[in-house]
Amino acid sequence: MAKKEVLRVENVGMKFNLSQEKVDDLKDYVIKLLKRQLSYNEFWALKDINFSLNKGDRLGILGLNGAGKSTLLKVIAGVLKATEGTVTSKGKIAPLLELGAGFDQQYTGRENIYLYGAVLGFSKKFLDEKLDEIIAFSELGKFIDVPVKNYSSGMKSRLGFSVATLVEPDILILDEVLSVGDAKFRKKSEAKIMSMFDKGVTVLFVSHSLEQVQRLCNKAILLEKGHIIANGSIDEVSKIYLEKTK
Amino acid sequence: MKTYIENFKKYRFLLMELVKKGVKLKYRRSYLGILWTLLEPLLTMIVLSIVFGTLFGNTDPTFPVYILTGRLMYTFFNNATKGAMKAIRANAGMIKKVYVPKYIYPLSSVLFNYIIFAISLIVLVVVALVLKVYPTIYLLQAVIPLILILVTAFGVGMILSTMAVFFRDLEYLWSVGLMIIMYASAIFYKPERLFASGYGWILKLNPLYLIIHNFRQAVFGHPMNMKFLAASIVFAIVSVIVGLVFFYKKQDEFILHI
Ligand SMILES: Nc1ncnc2c1ncn2[C@@H]1O[C@H](COP(=O)(O)OP(=O)(O)O)[C@@H](O)[C@H]1O
Ligand SMILES: [Mg+2]
Repeated sequence: MAKKEVLRVENVGMKFNLSQEKVDDLKDYVIKLLKRQLSYNEFWALKDINFSLNKGDRLGILGLNGAGKSTLLKVIAGVLKATEGTVTSKGKIAPLLELGAGFDQQYTGRENIYLYGAVLGFSKKFLDEKLDEIIAFSELGKFIDVPVKNYSSGMKSRLGFSVATLVEPDILILDEVLSVGDAKFRKKSEAKIMSMFDKGVTVLFVSHSLEQVQRLCNKAILLEKGHIIANGSIDEVSKIYLEKTK
Repeated sequence: MKTYIENFKKYRFLLMELVKKGVKLKYRRSYLGILWTLLEPLLTMIVLSIVFGTLFGNTDPTFPVYILTGRLMYTFFNNATKGAMKAIRANAGMIKKVYVPKYIYPLSSVLFNYIIFAISLIVLVVVALVLKVYPTIYLLQAVIPLILILVTAFGVGMILSTMAVFFRDLEYLWSVGLMIIMYASAIFYKPERLFASGYGWILKLNPLYLIIHNFRQAVFGHPMNMKFLAASIVFAIVSVIVGLVFFYKKQDEFILHI
């Protein structure tokens, strides 16, 4: 079976400007401009990132805090625009970054399903069909018609997880999210992710639990200060990672 | 260009959802709900008519219609530009997590305010009929200023929404700007004396006044002022072009500031 490439990351670099003092109002800006005090402190959070994934690949991204894992995922999701290089992807990308943080607090769970679904680029018809399934999976019961501001953070994560996974994306981005909710929901969500693997979804996975990454992924890259220092099968890369962190 | 249109089609449902959300939440928050949208302009119209009608010795029985036309349009412009200005920050949660064409946020804010404006026009219809300002053939022209104010609010809103990401104090500056625009829009006074005094240029420099004037002409059954029309069309187009280009150039930096 010929493998279909679904994601290609080429020469990606991401530069941030760390202004020493954050200038975010017009008055300060004009004063600083006149005094010529606008200084910029540039810094590459990612540099020369190259890799590609085929359909069904499950890539673990390893690295210490601040290595650039979240930044890389955001560039792939299209939320951040890379300073240089290109990302080409095929199919629908569903990012699960801090689940449910994008919900509207005044809106009920049900209304948020449509809103979040629309943000992910799905049609009304599709969401209509999926609605019952999403509600059932979230286990919110009658809370589905209560404004989200009355939810616990666990309930919000459950709803976010249910929308983002039940809509069957082609590429799923998981940034430290499989540790939300209670033990029972965690198990259920891991099972859900596993069943998506069977359907051939492509996954980018970040977790602070190496054991979880080893269990879920078949490939890995290791990031250090924004550079890829190892790229290969999960076993090879986690060996290098363990040596590094020893 | 084609990809832009396809992209727009793809996110049409999101645009609709966001507009719906704006309308729904506005009415969910208040007990009087939709009634408030009708009551509020009616009450201010009554107060303004009494105060300024008496102050300037205005005996024209249709003066309330004059006030209402100006006020409704100004209120829309005020709410739409303020909403668009805050749109990026208000949706920061989503913008930081999921890719969506960002212009959708200010656009939906302008459109939702336009729907509220359209609903509030019911008050104008009722008051006009009660005060015997009956529709004429010229009323059909009202479509033009109604479109122009939407386009202008969108253009100005896009400029503000881009700038507001970088400068938090813009909100205060724009409130002052809006107040100046309000006084220079001849909402609750007739501009004749201002024109006679040689200060008329203040009004003529204000695109909102030019639009309101032509809307009044249509409501009161007179032909539009063509000079005003031309100037307001030019301003509307320029503001949209500037707004779109400016927004487009800066949008990738938004996420670093919100
Ligand atoms: N918006 C931003 N502006 C400036 N620096 C940033 C921004 N986002 C991330 N960084 C920096 O980029 C580096 C990588 O961050 P991140 O991708 O969150 O690391 P990880 O997820 O691997 O812990 C860090 O040094 C962080 O401070
Ligand atoms: Mg991170």
